[in-house]
Amino acid sequence: MKVMAQMAMVMNLDKCIGCHTCSVTCKQAWTNREGVEYVWFNNVETRPGQGYPRTYEDQDRWGGGWVRNKRGRLRLRSGGRFTKLSHIFANPRLPEVSDYYEPWTYDYDVLLSAPQGEHTPVARPKSLITGEDTKITWSANWDDDLGGSAATMAKDPVLAQMSDRVKAELESAFMFYLPRICEHCLNPSCVASCPSGAMYKRAEDGIVLVDQDACRGWRMCVSGCPYKKVYFNHVTGKAEKCTMCYPRLEVGLPTVCSETCVGRLRYLGLVLYDADRVLEAASVEDPAELLAAQRSVLLDPDDPEVVEAAQRDGIPLDWVLAAQRSPVWALISKFEVALPLHPEYRTMPMVWYVPPLSPVVDVVSGSGNDGEDARTLFAAIDRLRIPVEYLAGLFTAGDTRPVTAVLRRLAAMRAHMRNVNLGTEQDPRIAGSVGMTADEVEAMYRLLAIAKYEDRY
Amino acid sequence: MPPRQPGPASPAGTDHPAVDALLRIGSRLRPGTVSPDLRSLFLEGGRKGDAFYRDRWSHDKVVRSTHGVNCTGSCSWQVYVKDGIITWETQQTDYPSVGPDSPEYEPRGCPRGASFSWYTYSPTRVRYPYVRGVLLRAYREAKARTGDPVAAWAQVTSDPETARAYKSARGKGGLVRATWAEASEIVAAAHVHTIKEYGPDRVAGFSPIPAMSMVSHGSGARFVSMLGGTMLSFYDWYADLPVASPQVFGDQTDVPESADWWNASYLVMWGSNVPVTRTPDAHFLAEARYRGQKVVAVSPDYAANTKLADEWLAPHPGTDGALAFAMGHVVLREFLVERRTERFADYLRKFTDASHLITLKQRGDAWVPDKFLTADVLGAAAGDDAQARDAAFMTVVLDADGTPHVPNGSLGRRFDPAQEGRWNLDLGDVEPVLSIRDVRGAAAGEDAVAVDLPRFDLAPEAGAEHQGGAGVVRRGVPVTRLGDQVVTTVFDLLLAQYGVGRDGLPGTWPTGYDDASSPGTPAWQEEITSVPAEAAARIGREIAQNAEDSGGRSMILMGAGTNHWFHSDTIYRTFLALMSMTGCQGVNGGGWAHYVGQEKCRPVTGWAQYAFGLDWVRPPRQMIGTAFWYLATDQWRYDGLPADALASPLAEGRFAGRTTADCLVESAQRGWMPSYPTFDRNPLDLVAEAREKGVDPAQHVVDELDAGRLRYACEDPDDPANFPRVLTVWRANLLGSSGKGNEYFLRHLLGTDSAVRAPESEPDRRPQSMTWRDEAPRGKLDLLVTSDFRMTSTTLFSDVVLPAATWYEKHDLSTTDMHPFVHSFNPAIAPPWQTRTDFDIFHTLARAFQDLAVDHLGTREDLVAVPLLHDTPDELATPHGAVPEAMGRVPGVSMPKLVVVERDYATLADRWAALGPLTAKVGMVTKGVAFSPDVEVAELGRVNGTVRDGVAAGQPRLDDAKHVCETILALSGTTNGRLAVQGFERVEKRTGTELASLARDHEGKRITFPDVQARPVPVVTSPEWSGSEHGGRRYSAFTINVEHLKPWHTLTGRQHFFLDHDWMSELGENLPVYRPPLDLHRLFGDARPGSTDASGAPGSEGHAEVAVRYLTPHSKWSIHSEYQDNLHMLTLSRGGPTIWMSPQDAATIGVTDNEWVEAYNRNGVVVARAVVSHRMPAGTVFMYHAKDRTVDVPRSETSGLRGGIHNSLTRVLLKPSHLVGGYAQLSFAFNYLGPTGNQRDEVTTIRRRSQEVTY
Repeated sequence: MKVMAQMAMVMNLDKCIGCHTCSVTCKQAWTNREGVEYVWFNNVETRPGQGYPRTYEDQDRWGGGWVRNKRGRLRLRSGGRFTKLSHIFANPRLPEVSDYYEPWTYDYDVLLSAPQGEHTPVARPKSLITGEDTKITWSANWDDDLGGSAATMAKDPVLAQMSDRVKAELESAFMFYLPRICEHCLNPSCVASCPSGAMYKRAEDGIVLVDQDACRGWRMCVSGCPYKKVYFNHVTGKAEKCTMCYPRLEVGLPTVCSETCVGRLRYLGLVLYDADRVLEAASVEDPAELLAAQRSVLLDPDDPEVVEAAQRDGIPLDWVLAAQRSPVWALISKFEVALPLHPEYRTMPMVWYVPPLSPVVDVVSGSGNDGEDARTLFAAIDRLRIPVEYLAGLFTAGDTRPVTAVLRRLAAMRAHMRNVNLGTEQDPRIAGSVGMTADEVEAMYRLLAIAKYEDRY
Repeated sequence: MPPRQPGPASPAGTDHPAVDALLRIGSRLRPGTVSPDLRSLFLEGGRKGDAFYRDRWSHDKVVRSTHGVNCTGSCSWQVYVKDGIITWETQQTDYPSVGPDSPEYEPRGCPRGASFSWYTYSPTRVRYPYVRGVLLRAYREAKARTGDPVAAWAQVTSDPETARAYKSARGKGGLVRATWAEASEIVAAAHVHTIKEYGPDRVAGFSPIPAMSMVSHGSGARFVSMLGGTMLSFYDWYADLPVASPQVFGDQTDVPESADWWNASYLVMWGSNVPVTRTPDAHFLAEARYRGQKVVAVSPDYAANTKLADEWLAPHPGTDGALAFAMGHVVLREFLVERRTERFADYLRKFTDASHLITLKQRGDAWVPDKFLTADVLGAAAGDDAQARDAAFMTVVLDADGTPHVPNGSLGRRFDPAQEGRWNLDLGDVEPVLSIRDVRGAAAGEDAVAVDLPRFDLAPEAGAEHQGGAGVVRRGVPVTRLGDQVVTTVFDLLLAQYGVGRDGLPGTWPTGYDDASSPGTPAWQEEITSVPAEAAARIGREIAQNAEDSGGRSMILMGAGTNHWFHSDTIYRTFLALMSMTGCQGVNGGGWAHYVGQEKCRPVTGWAQYAFGLDWVRPPRQMIGTAFWYLATDQWRYDGLPADALASPLAEGRFAGRTTADCLVESAQRGWMPSYPTFDRNPLDLVAEAREKGVDPAQHVVDELDAGRLRYACEDPDDPANFPRVLTVWRANLLGSSGKGNEYFLRHLLGTDSAVRAPESEPDRRPQSMTWRDEAPRGKLDLLVTSDFRMTSTTLFSDVVLPAATWYEKHDLSTTDMHPFVHSFNPAIAPPWQTRTDFDIFHTLARAFQDLAVDHLGTREDLVAVPLLHDTPDELATPHGAVPEAMGRVPGVSMPKLVVVERDYATLADRWAALGPLTAKVGMVTKGVAFSPDVEVAELGRVNGTVRDGVAAGQPRLDDAKHVCETILALSGTTNGRLAVQGFERVEKRTGTELASLARDHEGKRITFPDVQARPVPVVTSPEWSGSEHGGRRYSAFTINVEHLKPWHTLTGRQHFFLDHDWMSELGENLPVYRPPLDLHRLFGDARPGSTDASGAPGSEGHAEVAVRYLTPHSKWSIHSEYQDNLHMLTLSRGGPTIWMSPQDAATIGVTDNEWVEAYNRNGVVVARAVVSHRMPAGTVFMYHAKDRTVDVPRSETSGLRGGIHNSLTRVLLKPSHLVGGYAQLSFAFNYLGPTGNQRDEVTTIRRRSQEVTY
């Protein structure tokens, strides 16, 4: 056992309102400058939708992440390191700016400087790449709130994998938001892709960074990352990425995206993991087993053996205590309601998600199910507007069972707490039906609902 | 998170053996540790890691401020400054806790606020004063000729050619830089000349929503008010005012803070897209679900909030009233008739007018409801009350044994000194009957009559289109006779109105929920709304069941989607009825939660003193914005809406042959609503004439009116004597955002190019009571001045543009209805370039004005026409709401009060910059509660310092924005416990009940400006508001009324289901009723929704067209027009104006996503790109609110002009019920009651246009 510490995040998508405050505060703090105009370390996608950059999840096209070969060993999907080195001057898997979007501005000064003329002055769009007039055809968030769904939704790679066809019609419309930052993976394919050794994982907290001095701009990390969360600064010629706000973490502040999240849905905390088992876990054969394997790499910080091993491996006691208090550990492993994004990429991502529960009833049927009514609770889960299969495509390599289990826990929490709220008699069977006790349900409720600042970070 | 310290490096996993060697070589070049399996590279980051990002993060200071945008957020922000430059902002998280068992307010904010600092140094920043070049040249020449600024202004504006030249150039570029001295001189000269020549009421100021920055608002409002100018209302103009609130509650709007959503166990979001429009608050909703709150979304589209809901009901746009009405039907039947839920019945008796008696009168072979039975009509049976001074305002109930009883709490007990101590809701031993059928004993009888009630859901018959409503339902009520009156209860009428039958009553009743033929049933609403009957019934039942189970914790969170319609007052009354009949109002976690444009200016008394200059001169001129713009922009010439087309089929013909504009004139003449400019003569001259004649000025006005020599200006708005001449706009974007009928503004108010496509009304549709001038004036306004920090349509069309400081460059105060805190603006940097704070701008203008006024104006007497005001004895002007035919002219009764005030123009700036003597001497009044801040004023003299000499010698100084902040905080009970206690003690005298304990434990609390600079501070419970924060509870409206038996400010002192004013009867709106969206085809010949007929509009030949409902909901990427031009928001959206439409409508006109479309109707045209999405219902398009014409708007094929804004397709339509005044809760107060600038009933034709656009 080799105990290491990892700073990890959980986002509760059930609470996400898609406001993009995280994106803007991150943008303003980190990438509001030349060369990275098109870069959003943090972005929020409406799902179903194509994401940013477009269709980044289509690894047949982009070749990010790892694959398990016949010998049970992992290799980079984009052809292994050798191939990468041979493609170093001509990388065919690299998204172009149009796959993100071509950044633009407007000639705003015309509004004040226009001489008297025939018409009201107007600021026209100008490309930030060429400086010329431009027509806006794609943006950082083009398909927000299903915008343009008729033209674009079908290209959502997750939808494309589903067995059931999802119709783009009002009556069956569904959407939810997926905020994304770098996953700070335990098994980062970007780091493995870098021919210069410029990318690294910070030993003490697992944050994945690009050394700006060492980066030679080969951009293998960009194609190697299946989440497309490493970007190329076209002015400095270096790769840049989400730093998990380490300058803030180092002084005890949460990341910008976490602290400014007005949905209060981000949790930040330390997890301990067994570094010796990462490769093994990332290499299990059945993709559906990856979730369990990934959870199994995390170590119980309350286990005396783990505490002892952590001390042995140089992790200070107060870090161990932090791991014990970690809301991330609680959501991933105690309550088991958080799931990793695309575990099938085998990078062991360390940003986890609570899948969205609501809404449970559709618009056209006159009969509804009461989402908090224990009697109809689980029947409702099976009729979610958001198809469970879609969520499984994001979080569990297609296996719907773990997703359903999470949603049942959330629903049971609502049913249990409604009784508490209204002062009616408690029904212990509600908690029992999802393998929890009433106390556990109420503890999970406090973490998810009350969610005080000091409990989130 | 862990405490930080560097840990050791460590190994970990593998890949392809062939490349391992390569990697091993590479690893030697790096000072890190490669995992033994070569999978990963570990490095000690620590503090020596990547310096670039650590440098980027470093900053010099963090300053607390916020955004004074017109939004309810009132979020406290940290503004980061590095090297004297604002870099970015993140939210503060230091709100005081709301308790251990609730989520907190942190971190309030949204993406718009997070992008604000972009403006600071952006190329759209206004850095210097600008003046329209044509005007500036003319002014300079005239000044050179005359040597006098005022004379120069007179020349420029009186010469038709010169005036036309600069007015027609408005909005077409050509702004040139000027100095502050010259720009302020021009503005001052225009004010002085206008006051002298036309009168101070020809000067107007527009700046909305004081709560978002009270000093910035107040500094200008003070300037305008002290001049005698007119401050224009905004809440009603924005159509955000729910007129149902004054109608039902006698209150402007009072709602729960967002943390109270947490307390609801059933929550319906009705036309309110919470994540988008209440972004910082939405988490309470998401979190409350985990407590078992059930959430229902009602929205025609699949909106962002639908994602958070358990159920989604999608009624057709504007039909929400039918859905709520059917829910009410179910609740009344199941919870009050089949089974009488005791909690609901008890609540209805105590807190609503349900048990109050209504007289019936015969009409044909049936009866109709008439008036509240009052003590004067009841006569001897009312005992002493029959002789009471205000007996006509004392309503009556029946005791269980059938004895009439005149309860405490009605309006008749509010003002009469003899009634002191009886204005309360204590029913004593009396338990009033809800229904006449509840009477027991000797008086019980089974008398019943048939009543006729109007319905509006049927199309009128051919040829009867102008006879208004559509039909009548005959239903029965139990009655009893009191003297010669046949009476029933409001509750009995309510059951009849909602179609809830009981055995043995005459009339036609639904056979069941599935009977679609009779109004009220779930099946009836399904035909109107498309919501399945079963769903409507079930949700209605659940709302009530939850209210019963939880003690009233069902909440309807309602928004602009239901409030911006012409008939929104009726929609809202159906919602409010649901909440009242289930006992949810005044309960934490229950009741209505209206969040449309409202921001609670919590220290309202202090702000009002400052903003309206009440410390120096009273009363101020305050005008209903909608009526002002309707007349000033000549929309009345195109409107011609017949008032009787809106009337009930049971109407008595009061509106026959009249337009809604005639109703407006009548309302002004009767003193119901304010009207400025008031007369067709300078009010300064009116007083001077009177003085010369030696008669009382008020009598002089009456005489002149009687003689026909004087007329109300609203009778002839196109007379040059009646034009508004000077308009100052600040903190607002009138022409790019709120201006309904935008193109009419451009044509008539400004005199420049416009895309108005409507013809003026034909003679048979013109108002009778107004003068029609054949040629409509163009360019009524002589001067438009705007202060702003960015370029908007309003600055583009302004004559003078003053460069304003941003929200990060000033001191100010912020509050909202969404949270209970007061917090501050503070300058992160000094105002850069030549920008100035609004406070300093108005100080500058006041000085410039005073300099010119010394010679040109001196001291004058002004005559202010004051409407009959709410919360004053003026409410007693119209007994029984019976409108006499003969007007008579009795100021303060049948016409406005006429008050003479002194205007010392020569010392205006000196007085502007000091707190005047009236505050301490006369005191302050808010909602009828008087405060005496003598101690506070004396203290302010020491805190702010006093003025040394001049007119304000010895008075507290107000020459610094921080002084004003201190003053506002000192002069309100919400921020000064002493005044809160004092106010409650005075209310106690009136009510005879205990109230002061709500504030007593905070009597010594004084919130100062340094307090709110340090951290947001929770307010003190004060009689200025109806809810309580006492003991750390969440604020919810009307908890004081419910828990302390304090009456609502209404006729009965209770919440009203029934309104008995003549005009309400005429409109068929005595009771909650469903009224569909206006049929613009019937009323104006506009296209019918769904029509694909060729419009014949220019450029439309050969294009497929479709007529669709045109809705303008609030946008995700802007707060009104602010931020919609912000590069970050544009980058996260579509980069310019868009129209959202369904795939079906897109297919009809052959348009695909992101293609250019044009939308046009009688009012104008907009050009935008299409967003085609299946989340939109067919037949309806959205152009999100406040898409200004400044960014990526090409020229229109239809008009040849720059494509318009969202409001280019709208215009003002007046509803007569909003114009009622002088009667109980239907009395005017500023931003409290008035016609709304509604805009949702519009229909537009839309088509694909050429994809080659020109700019």
